Amino acid sequence: MGSRLGGIFWSLIFLAVPVLGVATFAIAPSYNIWLPKNVSEHGSSIDGLFYFILALTGVVFIATEGLLFWFIWKYDAAKAKGPATYIHGSHTLEVVWTIIPAATLLFLAIYQMNTWADVKMRRPAMAPTVEVVARQFEWRLRYPGRDGMLGTRDDLFLTNDLHLPVDEDVLIQLKSMDVLHSFFLPNFRIKQDAVPGMKIPVWFKAKETGQFDIVCAELCGWGHYKMKGRVTIESRADFDRWLEETYARQEATQPAPEDTVAAAAD
Amino acid sequence: MSTATASTLSHGTATSLPPARKPRPVAEFLSTYVFSKDHKVIGLQFLFSTLLWFLIGGLLALAVRWQIAWPWSDVPVLGKLFAQQGGQMAPEFYTMLFTMHATVMIFLVIIPILAGAFGNFLIPLMIGADDMAFPTLNMLSYWFMWPAFLLFGASFFVEGGAASGGWTSYPPLSTNVNSAPGSGWGQTLWLLGLTMVGVSSMLGSVNYMTTIILMRAPGMTMFRLPMTIWAMFITAVLQAFALPVLTAAGFMQLTDRMIGTGFFTPEGNVVNNSLASTGGGQPLLWQHLFWFYSHPAVYIMILPAMGMVSDILTTFARKPLFGYRPMVYSIAGIAGLGFIVWGHHMFMSGMNPALGITFMVSTMMIALPSAVKTFNWLGTVWGGRIQFTTSMLFALSFVSMFIIGGLSGIFMAATPVDIFIHDTYFIVAHFHYVLFAGTAMGVWAAIYFWFPKMFGRTMNEFWGKVHFFLTFIFLNGTFFTMHILGAVGFPRRLADAYHYETFHHLQPLNAFLTWCAIGMVASQIIFAANFFWSMFFGPIAGRNPWNSNTLEWSAPSPPGHGNFDFQPVVYRGPYEYSVPGVEKDHLMQTDPPNAVAAAAVAAAH
Repeated sequence: MGSRLGGIFWSLIFLAVPVLGVATFAIAPSYNIWLPKNVSEHGSSIDGLFYFILALTGVVFIATEGLLFWFIWKYDAAKAKGPATYIHGSHTLEVVWTIIPAATLLFLAIYQMNTWADVKMRRPAMAPTVEVVARQFEWRLRYPGRDGMLGTRDDLFLTNDLHLPVDEDVLIQLKSMDVLHSFFLPNFRIKQDAVPGMKIPVWFKAKETGQFDIVCAELCGWGHYKMKGRVTIESRADFDRWLEETYARQEATQPAPEDTVAAAAD
Repeated sequence: MSTATASTLSHGTATSLPPARKPRPVAEFLSTYVFSKDHKVIGLQFLFSTLLWFLIGGLLALAVRWQIAWPWSDVPVLGKLFAQQGGQMAPEFYTMLFTMHATVMIFLVIIPILAGAFGNFLIPLMIGADDMAFPTLNMLSYWFMWPAFLLFGASFFVEGGAASGGWTSYPPLSTNVNSAPGSGWGQTLWLLGLTMVGVSSMLGSVNYMTTIILMRAPGMTMFRLPMTIWAMFITAVLQAFALPVLTAAGFMQLTDRMIGTGFFTPEGNVVNNSLASTGGGQPLLWQHLFWFYSHPAVYIMILPAMGMVSDILTTFARKPLFGYRPMVYSIAGIAGLGFIVWGHHMFMSGMNPALGITFMVSTMMIALPSAVKTFNWLGTVWGGRIQFTTSMLFALSFVSMFIIGGLSGIFMAATPVDIFIHDTYFIVAHFHYVLFAGTAMGVWAAIYFWFPKMFGRTMNEFWGKVHFFLTFIFLNGTFFTMHILGAVGFPRRLADAYHYETFHHLQPLNAFLTWCAIGMVASQIIFAANFFWSMFFGPIAGRNPWNSNTLEWSAPSPPGHGNFDFQPVVYRGPYEYSVPGVEKDHLMQTDPPNAVAAAAVAAAH
């Protein structure tokens, strides 16, 4: 059925899949369409795992798509002579291509565990640096103030403007007032849903100073897209000074807003 | 087998009347074409309904893409119909669009087109039965889709619009009327519609299992079943076991909304400055229940396509299926493991991270049967004599695209990597490669393949290939680029992400995606024209236009009521192509044994 020309054309279409696929991934970084700059300590091991899986799946992708192309090219009925090979399978091959992927996948799973535990399970023993309460459509922040305890008179209240010190562990207590949200810091490789009724710890160590995005990554209603915050990473001295100044400003202008206290209370 | 259908076995046409009854044209028309109990008519009813919703779902997707590519600019056509401020789309309208796009595509297109349309049409024909075990249940399974169609359809026009809490309907966004405009009547209708789809699926599932177990033709052992039937069978089992959980969860959400049961509402929940009257629930409970169904459901949405593609590949490679039993076992493996991986949707949800590790291991392992299937498809093509029909091109592209969708799944199975890519376009790329580039391409392969059996005529090959070429190019333009969007962390479901420093430069790429999506939807005009033109004017097909082996090809095209004009007896498995020493290159399952062939087949097993 069909001419040899048709077979060549369609084979090349299937060859285009791995060629253009790899090309897309190769070109994207030069247009800055790639992993955003990482500034957290654990982020580099997450990126490392991403690249590891990318390499592994890349090889499998090229190999399987290449084979598919080659078979389509070679076994075109208009070209290949004689009848098709009459074979129902191969026990050896089945065993080989079951055991090798099984071992690889199991290894991959085990290989991930340590990083996962670092980011989500091995919580540093410290009091929360800041409490983040998500709300339609803003991030409400509460710093414990000089006494280091949340829920006391000297708490500092802010919205969307998160400041954190560089080069030290920070622990965020994440909550939500209303619906689900997700606290997403692309540059820190941090993401954690905020769930009403739960207090979820989030921790990381920033490696660089600068300003970065806080994105809401879980649908939270019509204003989901604009639930934007900024995180400023600064030196300990700058951070302390900022805390002092902001607190002084809060005391000078108004008492802590009551609804925030009520909502943020445990 | 029922006596009614047995008595009509010898009739060739669907319109033949039982004797000694006065013809009543209207009633006759209604019982033949509308409230029909014939599995083929029901299958076609499912096919036409789902293809219509496919169009609606596609247009919803285009509206979503429009907003992402050119936020807040006037929407052509749709803008005049719906949006409030001139032709511009409101953000709540946008949330409604993607919610209903996913809802329509999953519940009104993919699930019913696979199980409802192809399951119904193919199961009795491929196992050699005259109809389903329970024809009335079968009819009801189609007609229960109509309340769902009407409920989902009507929800667009109620106050606040259709559901807008995402197709996953996570509470409290979905349960609290103050949290979103679509969480009013829209969400209630959504839940009721979902329940109706569930009733339909359950009626179908019970029927498919019974039919496949009890009504196979003489000689049709379980291990002589074509892969399509194995896939439909295991899908039916999945449906039967997973669906009750979703139905229960749906009712819990309904009572949360209607009478304040508070299953999913935590204590002290304050939405939009109003305190919830109830509490004591857990939002994560919904996620567990929802995904306990909806993860197996993603296999419900791909396994039948895998089965159909296996049959199409063997036909047009003129070669036995490579590793028939491993293929069956891997489908069973996917179904079994499919029940213990739901937590991978919840890695970032606040679920115990130690539990995340368990789900990571099971999720990694479920890639294994998919890999085995892929290798066996490659093995099937190897050494074949490939005929480049439109159906074959779609089937080959299913394999090619499923590789991409399968491999990208590994990234998100890896919990640490998922921290970054969760809820980004990487996920959107992944499931569109599985569901659109996989299942939808498989469905097209199946439509081109079984069209002659459905309507007695073949579709136009030239325009079929044009349709394939354009769809294939545009789908990759649309969905492959989503991977690199995801690599930037570009989040899903944002009406406008360009005000973020991280994403501000991604608009041109998104515009490119949208143009490809427009091209992809536009290409379907060719398909629609070919489909309807061929139905009436295509070349007459005959019983077996593709020289295929399975039972349905020994029945007339289209088969009359009762399907077979002879009693099919099965002598061999479905994949005896290019048997050495046999004159023709295929041995149908019904071909009487011949000494040479029997020896060759015996030697090969």
